[in-house]
Amino acid sequence: MSIMAYNGGCIVAMKGKECVAIATDHRFGIQAQTIATDFEKVFPINKQMYLGLAGLQSDIITVYKRLMFRKNLYEIRENRVMQPERFAAMLSSFLYEHRFGPYFIEPVIAGLDPKTFKPFICNMDLIGCPNMPDDFVVGGTCEEQLFGMCETLWRENMEPDDLFETISQAMLNAFDRDAISGWGATVYIIEKDKTTVKTLKTRMD
Amino acid sequence: MALNDILKHMPSINDAYNDFKACEELSFANLTQNKVLSVPPYCNPVENLAKLQEGNSDVKIHFDHGTTTLGFIYQGGVVMAVDSRATGGQYIGSQSVRKVVEINDLLLGTLAGGAADCTYWYRVLTSECRLYELRNKKKISLAAATKIMNNIIYSYKNSGLSMGMILAGGDMNQVSLYYLDSDGTRTTGKVFSVGSGSIFALGVLDSGYKWDLKDEDAYELGRRSIYHATHRDAYSGGTVRVYHVKKDGWNLISEEDCLNLHRRYQAEKNN
Repeated sequence: MSIMAYNGGCIVAMKGKECVAIATDHRFGIQAQTIATDFEKVFPINKQMYLGLAGLQSDIITVYKRLMFRKNLYEIRENRVMQPERFAAMLSSFLYEHRFGPYFIEPVIAGLDPKTFKPFICNMDLIGCPNMPDDFVVGGTCEEQLFGMCETLWRENMEPDDLFETISQAMLNAFDRDAISGWGATVYIIEKDKTTVKTLKTRMD
Repeated sequence: MALNDILKHMPSINDAYNDFKACEELSFANLTQNKVLSVPPYCNPVENLAKLQEGNSDVKIHFDHGTTTLGFIYQGGVVMAVDSRATGGQYIGSQSVRKVVEINDLLLGTLAGGAADCTYWYRVLTSECRLYELRNKKKISLAAATKIMNNIIYSYKNSGLSMGMILAGGDMNQVSLYYLDSDGTRTTGKVFSVGSGSIFALGVLDSGYKWDLKDEDAYELGRRSIYHATHRDAYSGGTVRVYHVKKDGWNLISEEDCLNLHRRYQAEKNN
């Protein structure tokens, strides 16, 4: 089994009309054995930006902490909130720094620009190759299933409610076909004036 | 002796192989000799077939694997409970597999390990049991049925079969329980659990097992054991099926989705 699939888990992010959504599952396992069902892989970076990290659990925590250190340093030095584009660039170069001994993670970023509120989504491979499409990004052990669900369900200019329904269905039906993802899910809907966090009831097997 | 009668009718693997070779050109070999399979096109199948299934192999074959099954004997008969998930690698191929094989009105068997291996050999066993009935004008005992299965499995020892079976049924006016596997083990016992989730199931089963269990409590113990295994084991899940075997036949007690079981058990916990 690949080290990227040692702990299991998945992330998906989608663009909507003046909003973005990001969702994570709750499983932390060691191969077949489910250790915990409260491990959320999405972390708040600032008010309107979230980072999802799928892959090896220990690297998820390390990368998150190191990124927060660099981001805080930037915000203190510049005295302004970091834009998602800048954050993605920083993460990309951070990952490429470890080109010959990478962190075993697949990052997904979702957020709104702090000034213009333009939606932003991005994902990368484990050595920092950025990908910024107009529709959705996925990461984790049921990537193939997530791509299938997103390709069929995603529509342009979805309102926040619609976007929530779409990302939830995509997530649920994707990880129900993956043995090592699932055991609960959390969805974040990021809008100009508010962020809504919803926990989904899912299959627990 | 009943067993001798069966064995007389069973061709030895060598005889069967000669017949098989004769039929092979007409390519209906295993239609007439269903206990004989084609010879692997390479040596040492245990090692070499296993190599093909490794993650880094260029040839990617993943046989269906991962299961939780259990069977235990108590005052009121035998309870058998199983999950219903089939996985190929980490991909969930099906959530609705029937892992209890209904061999006849009296006998049940569970299926763990290679899905194809188990279903194929159960089909052969079912036909052997029916032939026994026709030859001897009486139902086969579980001891004899498991011995037939064990003889077949043993003749394929070290050729890479992967099976772990629990069989239950009426035997000499009582109910008995057997465990068979592809290493050639055949043994009776009170409590068995097989599959990737068996360690979790046994944790619940052993703590709740008593000989004097009432029927309803026995069903619930079997169901709960499988549910907890589906919760912890990634390769078990779907629906939980519970069967009750008595000396005059078996009954399907329940088929419940793990999602509903989880909600019910969570609600009980919170009360």
